[in-house]
Amino acid sequence: MTASTLLLLSLAVPAAGAAVILLLRYNPNAREAASLVTAGALFTIVLRIYLAVSVGDRPALVLAEPIPGIPIALEAEPLGVLFALVASFLWIVTTMYSIGYMRGHPLRPEIRDVMATLGIDRDREKRQARFYLFFAFAIAAVMGVAFAGNLFTLFVFYEVLTLTTFPLVTHSRSEAARKAGRVYLGVLFTTSVVFQLLAIVWTYAIAGTLDFQDGGILSGRAAGAVVPVLLGLFVFGIGKAAVMPFHRWLPAAMVAPTPVSALLHAVAVVKAGVFAVLKVTVYIFGIDFIAATGASVWLMWVAAATIILASLVAFTKNNLKVRLAYSTVSQLSYVVLGAMLANQLGVVGGGMHIAMHAFGKITLFFCAGVIIISTNRTEVSQLKGLGRVMPITFGAFFIGALSIVGLPPTGGAWSKWFLGMGSLEAGQIGLVAVLMLSSLLSLVYLMEIPLQGFFGRPRRAPDRDAAGEDDHDHGGDFHTPPRWSMAAIITTAVACVILFLYPEPFYRLMTMVAGP
Amino acid sequence: MIAEHLPILQVVLPLLAAPVCIFLRNPRAAGALAVLTSWSALGIALSLLREVMSTGVVSYAIGDWAPPIGIEYRVDIVNAWVLVIVATIGAVVTPYAITSVESEVDRKRIPLFYAAYLLCLTGLLGITITGDVFNVFVFLEISSLSAYALIAMGQRRRALTAAFRYLIMGSVGATFIVIGIGLLYVMTGTLNMADLAALLPEVWDSRTVKVAYGFLGVGMCLKLALFPLHLWLPNAYAFAPSAVTAFMASTATKVAVYMLLRLFLSIFGRHFSFEVMGLDLILLPLALVAIVSMSLVAIFQVDVKRLLAYSSVAQIGYMILGLSFASVTGLTATLLHLFNHALMKGALFMALGCVVYRIGSVHIDAMVGLGKRMPYTMAAFVVGGLSLVGVPLTVGFVSKWYLILGALEKGGLWMGVAAIVLVTSVMALVYVWRVVEVAYLRDFAGDERVREAPWSLLVPTWALVLANLYFGIDAVRISAVARGAAEALMIGIGS
Amino acid sequence: MSVDLFVSHYNYWVVIFLMMVGFYILISRGNLIKKIVGLNVFQTSVFMLYISMGKITGGTPPILLDDPHGEGEAVGHVLYSNPLPHVLILTAIVVGIATTSVGLALAVRIKEAYGTLEEDEINRVEAQTEAAE
Repeated sequence: MTASTLLLLSLAVPAAGAAVILLLRYNPNAREAASLVTAGALFTIVLRIYLAVSVGDRPALVLAEPIPGIPIALEAEPLGVLFALVASFLWIVTTMYSIGYMRGHPLRPEIRDVMATLGIDRDREKRQARFYLFFAFAIAAVMGVAFAGNLFTLFVFYEVLTLTTFPLVTHSRSEAARKAGRVYLGVLFTTSVVFQLLAIVWTYAIAGTLDFQDGGILSGRAAGAVVPVLLGLFVFGIGKAAVMPFHRWLPAAMVAPTPVSALLHAVAVVKAGVFAVLKVTVYIFGIDFIAATGASVWLMWVAAATIILASLVAFTKNNLKVRLAYSTVSQLSYVVLGAMLANQLGVVGGGMHIAMHAFGKITLFFCAGVIIISTNRTEVSQLKGLGRVMPITFGAFFIGALSIVGLPPTGGAWSKWFLGMGSLEAGQIGLVAVLMLSSLLSLVYLMEIPLQGFFGRPRRAPDRDAAGEDDHDHGGDFHTPPRWSMAAIITTAVACVILFLYPEPFYRLMTMVAGP
Repeated sequence: MIAEHLPILQVVLPLLAAPVCIFLRNPRAAGALAVLTSWSALGIALSLLREVMSTGVVSYAIGDWAPPIGIEYRVDIVNAWVLVIVATIGAVVTPYAITSVESEVDRKRIPLFYAAYLLCLTGLLGITITGDVFNVFVFLEISSLSAYALIAMGQRRRALTAAFRYLIMGSVGATFIVIGIGLLYVMTGTLNMADLAALLPEVWDSRTVKVAYGFLGVGMCLKLALFPLHLWLPNAYAFAPSAVTAFMASTATKVAVYMLLRLFLSIFGRHFSFEVMGLDLILLPLALVAIVSMSLVAIFQVDVKRLLAYSSVAQIGYMILGLSFASVTGLTATLLHLFNHALMKGALFMALGCVVYRIGSVHIDAMVGLGKRMPYTMAAFVVGGLSLVGVPLTVGFVSKWYLILGALEKGGLWMGVAAIVLVTSVMALVYVWRVVEVAYLRDFAGDERVREAPWSLLVPTWALVLANLYFGIDAVRISAVARGAAEALMIGIGS
Repeated sequence: MSVDLFVSHYNYWVVIFLMMVGFYILISRGNLIKKIVGLNVFQTSVFMLYISMGKITGGTPPILLDDPHGEGEAVGHVLYSNPLPHVLILTAIVVGIATTSVGLALAVRIKEAYGTLEEDEINRVEAQTEAAE
């Protein structure tokens, strides 16, 4: 099998998996087996692409040509392979997790909500199948983003990803979900069309091509104020990178079922955004060109502001998922910052942070989901003392949080290290201070959760009942977390540690992108 | 043999089939004849396009009277392209009409419906194919008069007032065009387009030519519903039978835009239009206002057919905007959008026709939860809507791409024009998504018996929907034709 | 502007006058039949424009007088009115009649449907039905 066939398969396999899922919709066991097999097959394919790329191969493939001279083309290059590896591996884990999550305790209220949408009404299987269907399509779109051979292809799959995740976000069809859906689509679509598309056409008008090339296609062709403006249009236009003020869609997307939040809104969708930013900086502008023109300095500070402000907002959020979402907003800007530093260390750090943050944040979301289905608690303030009941979950949460903060022995330490070094090399001492401050902030707002869990005093809550709050919560009412889900949590938490000891593959890929 | 008579057959075939429909009396038989005729028309249009692409301009002298004395039918790449658009839509909408019309038009009027429909097709094809300006007027009136009759066949009585209003405004527009043609004739003594193009430069300075230009411009803009001369359009589209709306929205205004391009670029010439008359400076603000204001109005409509009608006025603005760029890229965008908008609005109005067929209304409140009840219909609406918005992999994206590229090529303040195009795409998303949200994210509350539309409606609808996707994914050939046509228009008719 | 110019172009003045009268009726009258009448006057003015421009002072009807087969030198020199505009306007008159009849047919059906031909009354009825819905 040639490498370019593998590229095609990386899109076709999830899509075909979706079709099989649809066919098997009345048989949950077979359907979930099919999901796992598809995810495993996809990871194998991506692994083989990785093996080809790591020896310097660059398989490519042209799918179609909508506009003369601007084909929809796929090409595997190191950065894309890194992203695809992370996304496809975590898809396997998420599938495991969902199996436990969705079946675990079908009568738990949150599950009932999910099931009601997936649902307990009469066409329940159809709706559940629809959920897996769009999920698989979204993964196919993510693969398209990862292996896009030119800016146009990237844009196409970026939009496809927005549209295929919309049904997942609005899955419960409640008024809240409809509202969130409007924000989600509104922000992502508006930024992508008004800024990103404008920037793409502009790039095409200047450079006459949209291919990703080492060293960029704009260097030597654009000059003056056009460069910072264009770069700004890209950074804000890629709304999935959630650079403030275009971040509102991410907390809004938290109405989706937790597996969706975990894979799509901690890994696939948001990483597609920052991945696109990195791609544009490296292959469209070229980091040397950006560094020489100083076009990115103002954007560094936008990213820095997002890092700090989102951390501060995270502090104020009591809902666990929303707090994690704001943490994601903050962490995404690390990658944007790495790209804007426009030096080798910054790009390596940004690229590695895509991987490291993915593993860390998905662990946190998995834990949040398990807490919800085991205890029906969604607010941070309700978690005191829960760590003693759920030691594995809170332990995993602790490791994941360490990785997000960037402390050894977790993978997050590496990416933060490179980003810090990159800032120093760019001569931006201020940014180093920002990174330190933000790590401190995230340390506080994330560590609060496991620490309260282990050491806090559980609160019996008569006052809450009196306040007429939702009464599903009866304090001691506790269900053992599903085994499949726990396996997924342990996998990702262990992976965080392994990535500290063995970050080699990701580092090698990134040095292939940015130069040694 | 027959091949050399293709240009006249293009027009005569539907013209002769129209009265036959009346004599047939049987609705099904008349429908079958109309389908057959429209498919032959498409076959002829396609072979004309192929001939033009391979051998260049095809000239046909009616009755063997050599032009410029006799009437000439003259097919070059530009009108071959428009012929294909009109014939394609005709070929798709006609089979759709058979089922749709049965539910919306009085049974004994159905043969008359097909007669009027075929006459309308005749008129539109005639305007496009002829090389004689007075002939344009004649065909324009054939298509318009039959259109008034078709619109008046709508179910609700407001169709009558809408048709009457269209009749008054349309006739005024047509009369303006006759005045313009007359003044041109006074100055040059000819009605043949190629001849006019050759003779006009000698008399450019005369005030009469400029007045003629003005009359023709206003007349054509009335016909193509350029803001603020669009007032007839929303009601006409909203109250006409579904099949008529789908047909008219995809063809009538397109042909009028073609006529505008033909008159102002081929006959008067690029130099006269843009440098002497400042056509671009007149059209640019009108187009922008049309795009912005009509998109805004569309957002607040509750009748989805009306919503799309206002959107049509905005989309016509895009076409005129491309023209106002006065560049090959801009014109390519205009010509592509002629085709692309025909595909998307055709698909959308046909999907709405399916809804009307089942629930008798396209009020937004009536469409609650339809996504589950009529999945194929609403999926067609979603794809058509995305195409209207200009999402990649649909045709709408391709034309928008060229439009923005055209604006950016000009640089400077035109950046703002590009921004307006993009912002209005978001507005399009808003009005399309209102319907999508209602249809998919709410529960159906209407009659339990409502089910999916019949295949006879769905197949033509989906044919256009798939065309939206196909030409959005593989647009190389079609862009090449559009660019060729744009270049031909910029050069002028003589060469 | 000299009186001469005014008088020598009198046909245009007639055309413009008729055109404005027709246009005014079209816009100002609310009665649908009157609108059609206005449209007719408007169109007729254009017919006059065409016909009068075909007229050439001292021209004969465009009929060949001499033997067309001979080398009749007179043929080329005979002054005759241009027949083409007249022919064109024959077509336009037919179109005008068709427009009028379609318009009248619509007016009849509107009268049947609304019971009136006055535009403002029709609008009122419409507003009522819309409010009722």
